[in-house]
Amino acid sequence: MAHDKKHTDQHAHTDHSGHSEEHFREKHLMLDPLPRGQMNDMVMESMLEKPTWKWWLVFGFLAFVVVYFLFYQWGILITKGQGQAGVMRGDYWGIFLVNTVFWIGISHAGTFISAILRVFRAEFRRPFTRAAELMTTFGLVQAGFSIFMHMGRVWVFYWLMPYPNQRMLWPNLHSPLTWDLLAITTYLLSSTMYLFLPLIPDVAMARDRSTGWRKNLYKVLALGFRGTEGEWTHLRNAMNIFAFAIIPVMFSVHTIVSWDFAAATRPGWSSTIFGPYFIVGALHSGMGAAVVVLAVIRGTMKHMDYFVRGEHFDAIGKLMLIISMAWAYFFFNDYMVQWYGGDKWTQQLLHFHEAGPLGWMWFGMLFTNIVIPWAILWNPKWRANPWLVGFVGIAINVGMWFERYIIIPVSATINRMPFTWRMYTPGIEVPMGIGTVAFFILLYMAASKLIPLIPVWEVQEGQMAHELKKFGRETVVSVSELE
Amino acid sequence: MIRPDEIKLSAEETGKWGMVINQDICTGCQACAAACAMENNISFVGEEDSGYGRSMHWIRIERFWEGEYPEVKMTPQQPMLCQQCGHATCEPVCPAFATVHSQAEQLNLQVYNRCVGTRYCANNCPYQVRAFNWRDYKRPEPLPNQLNPDVTVRRMGVMEKCTFCIQRIHKAQDKAKSEGREVMDGEFTTACAQACPANAIVFGRVDNPESLVSQLAHKGHGVKHLEELGTLPNITYFKGG
Repeated sequence: MAHDKKHTDQHAHTDHSGHSEEHFREKHLMLDPLPRGQMNDMVMESMLEKPTWKWWLVFGFLAFVVVYFLFYQWGILITKGQGQAGVMRGDYWGIFLVNTVFWIGISHAGTFISAILRVFRAEFRRPFTRAAELMTTFGLVQAGFSIFMHMGRVWVFYWLMPYPNQRMLWPNLHSPLTWDLLAITTYLLSSTMYLFLPLIPDVAMARDRSTGWRKNLYKVLALGFRGTEGEWTHLRNAMNIFAFAIIPVMFSVHTIVSWDFAAATRPGWSSTIFGPYFIVGALHSGMGAAVVVLAVIRGTMKHMDYFVRGEHFDAIGKLMLIISMAWAYFFFNDYMVQWYGGDKWTQQLLHFHEAGPLGWMWFGMLFTNIVIPWAILWNPKWRANPWLVGFVGIAINVGMWFERYIIIPVSATINRMPFTWRMYTPGIEVPMGIGTVAFFILLYMAASKLIPLIPVWEVQEGQMAHELKKFGRETVVSVSELE
Repeated sequence: MIRPDEIKLSAEETGKWGMVINQDICTGCQACAAACAMENNISFVGEEDSGYGRSMHWIRIERFWEGEYPEVKMTPQQPMLCQQCGHATCEPVCPAFATVHSQAEQLNLQVYNRCVGTRYCANNCPYQVRAFNWRDYKRPEPLPNQLNPDVTVRRMGVMEKCTFCIQRIHKAQDKAKSEGREVMDGEFTTACAQACPANAIVFGRVDNPESLVSQLAHKGHGVKHLEELGTLPNITYFKGG
């Protein structure tokens, strides 16, 4: 089998002139086709591989963290009240909303990779669209948890939904929070459907290759898919519609989240540039999380070094670099917009950001969001190293969490009534936030054993479209249009 | 004092209750805060939560220091309570319509049993006068024996704030209606104004040129806090003569 370690790490440079066919096959998944049956078996094996004791140890630990830190602490929070958290007068919003924005940001990568890159036919997306889409769905679950943790009376959460009732009480459509809930619900539903559609051919493949309860599960999930021309046409049309339709949904979600702050009257929040700034920030943290997930999948699951190669980290690394530059621009822009405003409270707040007791966080954010990506991702050789790019991804996510922390509780320290200026100290939010991280990883681990993580039909489709042609001594890649 | 016929009422003042606070005669005795807590069944928070910034009060006395040590000067005491904005920033942001504007009294109301506790209104209040029930607070004895039956007792997880003692407004209006007349100026007042030993707080109808509060509010050198935000606050402050 051709998927050795040497594919990725050593030959990472992208200059192809005068290279042999071997070189192309080693570097590019699309030019390194395997027989379809063999590839299907590889994906099945990686999914069915019996979990080791280490896997169960991590799984059990995470399950404990979820039960104790997330659900048990949530029970305490509900019975004893929001006083368990660090919020108080002046600083009414804390880490729960930081985590909400953070998880919604992470969820943006899935749509970006699987919808925008699909629409633009970026070929490198093929092996990891599903891994990214799973992040969207699981990230949104955590965002939903975080926003419900934040509510003072979560048991009446359904009052925020428009449902017919005898008193004709409806949610207030003026409030950005109502739109938030509608947007997140729409995004969760549409991204789950968009996760499911490309999964159908793969579960059909898994159905034909499994026995027992798995076969029954896949039989239901595959909806009787047999792979006829008519079924493929319908599936393709549906995926096309969803790919285009989900892009505006993705943009709307984080713009609406930014309204929660931009529409408010607080200094530091009411900034007109927040919409695009939040979108770019979401993509920044989302792409960062995507490479971490890919590096872990590649490092821990069987056969994954065939599907996920240095070229993919290289391609996402380039995107991360560009998004990091865009984020830097919007950060500067946001700062300028607020600073030029000349409002004395805003100026005081901007000074508090960098020179206050949490100034290290402000500088740390700039370091991890700008300096680290720019210092590492410019180099094609480093960019093709999964663990190095994964490290950049973690750094970016820490930085983006800092950014949201600075925007929400740190900015809320300063308001127009100096009498109520107080510093926020987190309480029960910290274990519960760790619980959401554990829950995200737990869901991902379970999914990796239940559904094929690699959209194997998409890889095969790409490999059929790619061809190596010889012109004299020169080997040339040709790509044909399939659809 | 300004004569009633000199007062020019603006359209925004129609139908509104208002307040005038004279910071020059306020002694900072906190009688208003205590009276408000008694009248409106405000929870007793305790030392620890209060120290962390979760003290419950609908009116607070703000006091600041000016200058650098040793030339430090105290600024006049500044009682701060809900300004009952005509164009309130807290109202549009509530997703559940728990923070609403009453058409009858022209006040900002908080509907306790509709509040879900997102705390967006409090965040968006530029005066930071909203109080959240962070826990179910216990009232130490003998406080449970003096609860005001006219006012709802709030539970954990809801927002609350100054209502301009709307229970007193309604009582006076009901009495006046049964006697077939309008509510007279000075017939009743809010708990804070009633308790103020220096008469620094005056409450009444701002749209009635005969009322004391209207005559004071239109004197000309009063200040409305953060007026530049367009919130149309209903409380006028006097400072420095």
